[in-house]
Amino acid sequence: MAENTVKTPMTMIQALRSAMDVMLEKDEQVVVFGQDVGYFGGVFRCTEGLQKKYGTSRVFDTPISEGGIVGVAIGMGAYGLRPCIEIQFADYIYPAYDQIVSEAARLRFRSAGDFTAPITIRTPCGGGIYGGQTHSQSPEAVFAHVCGLRTVMPSNPYDAKGLLISSIENDDPVIFLEPKRLYNGPFDGHHDKPVVPWSQNPLGEVPEGYYTVPLDKAAIFRPGKQLTVLAYGTMVWVSEAAARETGIDAEIIDLRSLWPLDLATIVESVKKTGRCVVVHEATRTCGFGAELVSLVQEHCFYHLEAPIERVTGWDTPYPHAQEWAYFPGPARVGAAFKRAVEA
Amino acid sequence: MSKGEPLRLHVPEPTGRPGCNTDFSYLRLSPAGAVRRPEVDVTPMDTRDLAYSLISVLDAEGNAVGPWAPQIDIELVRKGMRAMMKTRIFDSRMLMAQRQKKMSFYMQSLGEEAIGTAQALALNVDDMCFPTYRQQSILIVRDYPMVDMICQLMSNERDPLKGRQLPVMYSVKKAGFFSISGNLATQYIQAVGWGMASAIKGDTKIASAWIGDGATAEADFDTALTFAHVYRAPVILNVVNNQWAISTFQAIAGGEDTTFAARGVGCGIASLRVDGNDFLAVYAASCWAAERARRNLGPCLIEWVTYRAGPHSTSDDPSKYRPADDWSHFPLGDPIARLKQYLIKAGAWSEQEHEETQKRLEAEVLTAQKESEQYGTMASGHTFSPAEMFDGIYKELPEHLRVQRQQLGI
Repeated sequence: MAENTVKTPMTMIQALRSAMDVMLEKDEQVVVFGQDVGYFGGVFRCTEGLQKKYGTSRVFDTPISEGGIVGVAIGMGAYGLRPCIEIQFADYIYPAYDQIVSEAARLRFRSAGDFTAPITIRTPCGGGIYGGQTHSQSPEAVFAHVCGLRTVMPSNPYDAKGLLISSIENDDPVIFLEPKRLYNGPFDGHHDKPVVPWSQNPLGEVPEGYYTVPLDKAAIFRPGKQLTVLAYGTMVWVSEAAARETGIDAEIIDLRSLWPLDLATIVESVKKTGRCVVVHEATRTCGFGAELVSLVQEHCFYHLEAPIERVTGWDTPYPHAQEWAYFPGPARVGAAFKRAVEA
Repeated sequence: MSKGEPLRLHVPEPTGRPGCNTDFSYLRLSPAGAVRRPEVDVTPMDTRDLAYSLISVLDAEGNAVGPWAPQIDIELVRKGMRAMMKTRIFDSRMLMAQRQKKMSFYMQSLGEEAIGTAQALALNVDDMCFPTYRQQSILIVRDYPMVDMICQLMSNERDPLKGRQLPVMYSVKKAGFFSISGNLATQYIQAVGWGMASAIKGDTKIASAWIGDGATAEADFDTALTFAHVYRAPVILNVVNNQWAISTFQAIAGGEDTTFAARGVGCGIASLRVDGNDFLAVYAASCWAAERARRNLGPCLIEWVTYRAGPHSTSDDPSKYRPADDWSHFPLGDPIARLKQYLIKAGAWSEQEHEETQKRLEAEVLTAQKESEQYGTMASGHTFSPAEMFDGIYKELPEHLRVQRQQLGI
């Protein structure tokens, strides 16, 4: 990992843009496209200026067709390009589901390596922004279930850039989920307080040049002794707030790579603390948390001193007016911490 | 029409069902040589008439007539003839092998041999084809070894796809033959992406996309047309209209009172409708489309009008949904018989050569089958190790798959 030491304050948006800039510069096979991604620079500004810098044949707008965007990326991958494409909201990725599951994920296997799909699919996900049903979803479980895919979600600008560069360079197809609630600053679930920008957070200090954050490696976001928290995306920050507010010494693990994941870090932590709480925004039933609970149960059974807790979104479509009753905020997460510690 | 009359749902039906004859008048045919041949830089809108007529070169007497009669080396035609014959013999031999349980499944391309064969001859070998499961003629004419094809069909120890894929789902990058997927239409948009990539890199290679009549109803068909049009992608968008999607007549795919070629014009793509059983017409139209793509003039959609003469697959019995003798009534006949008539008339083929070629190719296929069977068949159980199923899912074997492989005891 060649670490560039010149650091600049960046939001997650700027960090993601910087990752694409670095890779467009470094590798001529990298192309960036999606809806409103070209001239306009993306509805979230993640690709601003890239078309001007690299030209329309490297960075361009597409028709509104998620299946088409992913389908052409697979064809380009088969040719030898390395597309980094955008689906405007994770909620709109479903028309591309066939191309992702039946094609991108299986191409290497079914052709015995004759063809591969080295593509990265960036898509903003998650709630906490009054996005309602179709601008708030967290569909990670739908992709973690698919063999052949890598599913990744950063929680801060530094990781966002390093993980995106790793994803683009990786030869497997990567679903790169970006919690849009974290685009401009960390969010701990206290929606009534003003957002603190990334410029006031050390994780908003991002090297300008090339560096990577490895896939399949979790990060200990907050070391602790009393219980292990498995979280990713916005929930890392919510969990930290819950630890602070309950005074419980929680070890918060930011998974970063959802699947394949860093099982060793998880198991080591749970064996140490004996308690585990899984936190995600996505709905509960058959959510990714169920897999995490299963893994912890299988690998840490004799070390567990309490049932494994899950704090998740309810099994409902993401509501609009009831946003904060749905979103697993620090109060709900903190209550689970207490249950786990007191059990 | 009186006001307030109850509405009725229209459900298209084929004219011919088992026990009665098909009325093929719906086919919108044109006499051989009757359809004009525009310049390759024609605007898509100016191909409207071509999308509703039928380009044919070979007339009923086996003469090559009209503006589409190609300038083609007779040796190339003879090569095409042999490849078509070989494809048909290969198919019938593999059908037999399936019945003998040497493989689990097979799909013939009976009656459609001209299309893949002639287009492949019009392309360069580094132009990538994105075939469906019924373009085996492309592999045959590109001289991909039959032994490797049969090993794939038998999922044996030398299967290039290591037993991972259903028979017929070949993948041969070096022969410009993209990995076949069971999911219909998915490859159509991927072909457009491949063509776009070639354009992005300033390359000279073009893509050849394939789809059947039934699969045009899939979303990826429309998506491919939109992207191909928007980016002027160097791609030939082939629609093989063999009239049937398993048991479903092409009318229920949206073919009633229209053509599939017309969809191309509607999307701003130059479109042709061509006699798919006329080797010379297929070659000429494919050359036209390839030149158009190579000269950066954009994509071309070609509807190939043909007939699926055989069962959909070895799991299908067409006598349950269409007349048993339907193919013998199909107005465009048999591509091999029609080219044979032409070649004999041109003095480049004879009954004797035909018979000798037939025998020689039968022997070649048999030899290839025997060689392949040495590496095992489904019946003999000689397949790749189960360890193979954990490999190649990701570039590197992840930990959870290493553990699962270990749990299987290997």
